[in-house]
Amino acid sequence: MSGLKRGGAAVVGAAESDIGVVAEGYNVIDLMAQGIARAAEDAGIKLRDIDGIFCATTQSRTSGLNLSEYLGISPKYIDSTIIGGSSFMFHVGHAMAALQLGLCNVAAIAYGSTQRSFGRQNASVREVNPYETPYRPFLPSSAYALAASRHMHQYGTTREQMAAVAVAARQWALMNPVAWEKKPLTIEEVLNARMISYPFTVRDICLVTDGGGAIIMTTPERAKSLKKPPIYVLGQGEYISHANISSMPDLTVTGALQSGKQAYAMAGLSARSIDVLELYDAFTINTILFLEDLGFCPKGEGGRFVEGGTIAPGGKLPVNTNGGGLSYCHPGMYGLFLLIEAVRQLRGECGERQVEDAETAIAHGNGGVLSSQSTVILGTAATV
Amino acid sequence: MPETPQSPLAIYQSHLDKGELAYQWSPEAGRAVFYPRVVCPYSGGTNLEWRIASGLGTVYATTVTHPFQSGDPYNIVLIDCDEGFRMMSRVEEIDPMAVEIGMRVKFRIHPATDKQPAYPVFTPVEG
Repeated sequence: MSGLKRGGAAVVGAAESDIGVVAEGYNVIDLMAQGIARAAEDAGIKLRDIDGIFCATTQSRTSGLNLSEYLGISPKYIDSTIIGGSSFMFHVGHAMAALQLGLCNVAAIAYGSTQRSFGRQNASVREVNPYETPYRPFLPSSAYALAASRHMHQYGTTREQMAAVAVAARQWALMNPVAWEKKPLTIEEVLNARMISYPFTVRDICLVTDGGGAIIMTTPERAKSLKKPPIYVLGQGEYISHANISSMPDLTVTGALQSGKQAYAMAGLSARSIDVLELYDAFTINTILFLEDLGFCPKGEGGRFVEGGTIAPGGKLPVNTNGGGLSYCHPGMYGLFLLIEAVRQLRGECGERQVEDAETAIAHGNGGVLSSQSTVILGTAATV
Repeated sequence: MPETPQSPLAIYQSHLDKGELAYQWSPEAGRAVFYPRVVCPYSGGTNLEWRIASGLGTVYATTVTHPFQSGDPYNIVLIDCDEGFRMMSRVEEIDPMAVEIGMRVKFRIHPATDKQPAYPVFTPVEG
């Protein structure tokens, strides 16, 4: 997105709502509001000061209206763009533009889902597509499996290499007290788990949990007077390549290539200078694709790159330090949690799983069936 | 009253009902368009011609989906048709796990039922 200014907005608050399985009767707006209240507390900002509302959920058609009413806010700026799990990274770009233009002063970006309690089929009703539905694809899994088949064919990527992504995520999750999964995982366990859509077993696929949360963004000027050190948006990029998997131009190359380029250009950084990565791991192949497309290894080398614990705790590149969508939390549209973890890492709040001296982070969101990609680069005050 | 034209889907389906796999051709873009639509995504124009495909294609990507409750695993593929368009489909008359990328396949009709109009599937080309 050209016109956005490097460091032109800062994240000042970040929090999850209740996650995992929420108490009976909670709805998605409750979870958004809970996330916003906690993020406002985290920032040391009054809920009443929020004048920009950004939100997305599959369970409320007019979530922006419902959330505004619930909070008692008549927002100066509202945006409930919904394009899958990356929606919140797009919101970061949109919020930044609104803050730069003075259309609002304090923006809240919120998410809520009760898909585990409510049932995934009910929470995210599939649209009928006469050109795909007759073949009964189990979406989104079958679509990502098609992409994995292509990567395996073209580059020799193996199921074991993909399993290494799940194992690394699990190792990080064991250091996150609020992660859903609590037990260690081996490559063999991933390979021998229940087959869902070849080459994916259930362990190659993200969790189905409830959850929500929020981040609060404001201008750099205002950010300086708040409770915690501001985390600046150094770069943001976004790209839409298709909606349905049958229309994806090349199943081995994602729009992260373009969104990453935009974000790096805005930040004046390259992959080499990123300290911690939060990549949308709805499926194990995602992490491999995004490592390639964001420039951390050459195209086709992602499978070999993740072998041997490269992205696991103690490896040379910290990836998905919260345990990821594979082992920490995945309520359907996971992007917001990547932003929350990136902010916490840059603040040094991550305890046992803290990446030492982290000054820059990527939170990369994916939506649909590799359809919508958005890259956000965040940095501490030292990077601005 | 202006004439109400048939929808792209209705035209596509009427060809399937005759046993034909139809696609659109964009003269401005000089390439095939699939799925059928009212605007060419390559040229932005609305001039799209209907053509009948040879029915031959190559498997571009493949997966085998395992139903949760009951039923046998089944194949889902993306086929690159020889005319230059890609579509989702299923390869039949073969073990679903034996479907391979690069395999040559030929179109046939999966007959209509009460709930589902006729739709295109593929079978391996002999030899």
